Amino acid sequence: MAKITMTVNGRQVSGTCDDRTLLVHFIRENLGLTGTHVGCDTSQCGACVIHMDGLSVKSCSILAVQAAGSSITTIEGLAKDGELHPVQAAFKAHHGLQCGFCTPGMVMTAVDMIARHGSGLDEATVRYELEGNICRCTGYHNIVKAILAAAAEMGGARQAAE
Amino acid sequence: MGVEGIGARVARKEDKRFLTGKGRYTDDMSVPGMKYAIFVRSPHAHAKIRSIDATAAKEMPGVIDVLDGRQLTADGIGNLICGWMIHSKDGSPMKMGAWRPLADQTVRYVGDAVAVVVADSVDEARDAAEAVVVDYELLPVVTDPVKAMADGQPQLHPEAPNNLIFDWQLGDAAATDAAIAAAAHVTEVKIFNNRLSPNPMEPRAALGIYDSGDDHYTCYTTSQNPHLARLVMSAFYNVAPENKLRVIAPDVGGGFGSKIYIYPEEIVCLWASKRTGVPVKWTCDRTEAFLTDAHGRDHISTAKMAFDSSNRITALKVDTIANLGAYMSLFSSCVPTYLYATLLSGQYDIPAIHANVRTVYTNTAPVDAYRGAGRPEATYLLERTMETAARELGISPAELRRINFIRSFPHQTPVIMNYDAGDYEASLNAAMGAADWNGFADRKAEAERRGMKRGIGMSCYIEACGLAPSSAVGSLGAGVGLWESAEVRVNAVGTIEVMTGSHSHGQGHETTFAQLVADRFGVPIDSVNIVHGDTDKVQMGMGTYGSRSGAVGMSAVVKALDKVEAKAKKIAAHLMEADESDIVIENGELKVAGTDKSVPWFQMALAAYTAHNLPSGMEPGLKEGAFYDPSNFTFPAGCYICEVEVDPDTGRTEIVQFVAADDFGNIINPMIVEGQVHGGLAQGIGQALLEGVHYDPDSGQLLTASYMDYAMPRADDLPSFKVSTSNTPCPNNPLGVKGCGEAGAIGSPPALINAITDAIGNNTLTMPATPEKVWAAAHAAN
Repeated sequence: MAKITMTVNGRQVSGTCDDRTLLVHFIRENLGLTGTHVGCDTSQCGACVIHMDGLSVKSCSILAVQAAGSSITTIEGLAKDGELHPVQAAFKAHHGLQCGFCTPGMVMTAVDMIARHGSGLDEATVRYELEGNICRCTGYHNIVKAILAAAAEMGGARQAAE
Repeated sequence: MGVEGIGARVARKEDKRFLTGKGRYTDDMSVPGMKYAIFVRSPHAHAKIRSIDATAAKEMPGVIDVLDGRQLTADGIGNLICGWMIHSKDGSPMKMGAWRPLADQTVRYVGDAVAVVVADSVDEARDAAEAVVVDYELLPVVTDPVKAMADGQPQLHPEAPNNLIFDWQLGDAAATDAAIAAAAHVTEVKIFNNRLSPNPMEPRAALGIYDSGDDHYTCYTTSQNPHLARLVMSAFYNVAPENKLRVIAPDVGGGFGSKIYIYPEEIVCLWASKRTGVPVKWTCDRTEAFLTDAHGRDHISTAKMAFDSSNRITALKVDTIANLGAYMSLFSSCVPTYLYATLLSGQYDIPAIHANVRTVYTNTAPVDAYRGAGRPEATYLLERTMETAARELGISPAELRRINFIRSFPHQTPVIMNYDAGDYEASLNAAMGAADWNGFADRKAEAERRGMKRGIGMSCYIEACGLAPSSAVGSLGAGVGLWESAEVRVNAVGTIEVMTGSHSHGQGHETTFAQLVADRFGVPIDSVNIVHGDTDKVQMGMGTYGSRSGAVGMSAVVKALDKVEAKAKKIAAHLMEADESDIVIENGELKVAGTDKSVPWFQMALAAYTAHNLPSGMEPGLKEGAFYDPSNFTFPAGCYICEVEVDPDTGRTEIVQFVAADDFGNIINPMIVEGQVHGGLAQGIGQALLEGVHYDPDSGQLLTASYMDYAMPRADDLPSFKVSTSNTPCPNNPLGVKGCGEAGAIGSPPALINAITDAIGNNTLTMPATPEKVWAAAHAAN
């Protein structure tokens, strides 16, 4: 067993877990943050994507002990002060979700994608970068639309700020 | 139409919780004292169980107990059943072999559950499951349904000689044969409809909670129809009487049919909870899902289509072998029969049709309904045959279809269905316009200059959904009625709860059902809650599948709203001393028409509950329920066009455009309807291009048991879609709606294969059209 400490959604948390415990299970079972999902166990589907020290990571492919000391953001930590993050808002506006199961991972991936590419994202790039996130409901059509809309809006917001 | 009423593009009420990680799925549930189950599963496709030794497993850390089929049988838990009786053409009933929730004597497919370990943690349960020693006596294996019917092959169930479950027919064989004999042209096609794994992103899960104080069970489960689960577990599996069993299907992460059925695991979790005295939760991993979720499709067919000299279809003769796997799943028998052969007339006026269907046991996972269920198989067969016929007859595929379209309604087909409304030419024209069909030749020439082979293909589908008139399906063998229920409760402050027996697992009912209420009473949808998925909250329901929630579920809501409206008007008329026939409801107010008198909706509701001033003899309160039983199926239809480019060097197919023109009748929320079409198209394109379940024929091992082996459609496999609707309202339900959930998956596979075969000039191609197959077919044609 290992005792680990990390920062999750801005708050320092500690817990004890097996050495073999995956980060996703630590987040779900120990911390009770069930928004991060397990869809495949083989790191293909991306339902478990979180941000670790600013990078999107599949939390099913890393041990909890490897995340000790890191700063983690889960889907629960994305909206601030009750306001949806622009990517969350775009998914709602463009019907980018149906059953909602892949959605947390999709949103976390999209936030990271937009951070890396900015408003210069195009459809082909979005589709290429979604390789690691599987959705069975939407046919991706509205997910792609939502990400492009959020990228445009966030890029626009950034330009306005500059 | 108000901004939130019928026809409005309203953003979904349920989205916020899903977007912020607050969705509550079965695996998210946690109760005090909860332990975890892992199933010991057969690694063999066919074997006798000599012995099960759990001695070592029971000694391992954290293990509460290890239970197997002998104890389950001793406790009187019943067999899993198929709930739709089909009779063979000789009059004999289908041959249903025993399916034990935990196999106690024989295992019949890889993944068959043998025992369950309950432990403090998932990891401890998994460790102990590996320590359970099962001694198997291996038996020979058969996975191919044609081979399974031959003499001398392994027999799965003693009840079914030659593994034949039933040999069934529909239609007039003599008339069909005579028309074929007299035909000017006969097109014959061999069709393989590939086996698929539904793959909702949320794996199945169950949490069984036994309360010894009240001798009561609660089951959280990933179900599309919790009431049916409760009914079947009570009436057939002897888990508990209905009043002692609460089934809750909370947020469910997609279903596509695979979560209709009651599987061994939820039964075992409930039973194990009583046995062990602790709540027991099981969550499937993805490989278990591939092994044990009911698969879809898996038909082998031949079709003969006869034409007269003016290219009118005179007959269609179909012979189909359907692989149902190792056991008969809950609705497995109706999928290749009444959901398949009844659709073989398609959009065409065909005087004579005959279909013969044999269903077969093999050492593979059970096969049941998957998005479309029988109708994709019928559409693929018909639309591949039409395309082939057009090529053989040397006329355009659009023209051949136009010549044969049904043009007057109602239309009685020779295979039971009575189509109520439609305009097939309108969808065809809309699709051809959107696809710029006439410009294709130029695009093909341009592609050829780049060394690419470009092709175009269409598919005109029809489906029967809105399942279904209870007396009709009862006469065809269904064990249940397919009505739906609703209850509308107006609270004292005027807010409204709608209890529905439909179940939403991605379809957006919390929004669209609320739109009905907003439309009727002019109240904001935020004041309306849709309650579903809990047998303690909703009295009874038949759940969501077969594109039935609009046509049947919403119709029940409409009936209940009618009753609420009638009583609300009586109350308002009494309060305003007016005649109830003069009361109109607009923008959240009840008004006396032609005057300035009005009562706000909430004030009328409060009056209903204070009951200080109600019409003489009226009961207090405002709550009404309704059951709605449809009078007919509904018949969505449409035309899909796919255009592809094939790289002749690699065989890789790129979909350059995909157009869908559908007729769904009236539409409640176009945004949600488009989303349903997109998702259906992706699944149909997945079937045609990527997906296929494969078993090793000698060992019966599943070769496609993870996302590394089973090709799920990814974002870069698909184009953005061009979708549109041209609607003829359904005359048989109060909203005029038809159903849109399955259309995309039904109509798209033949359009894609017709396009690829057009591109490569070789009509012989089976799904999935992988680059290897396409390359080989393209080069064989040269």
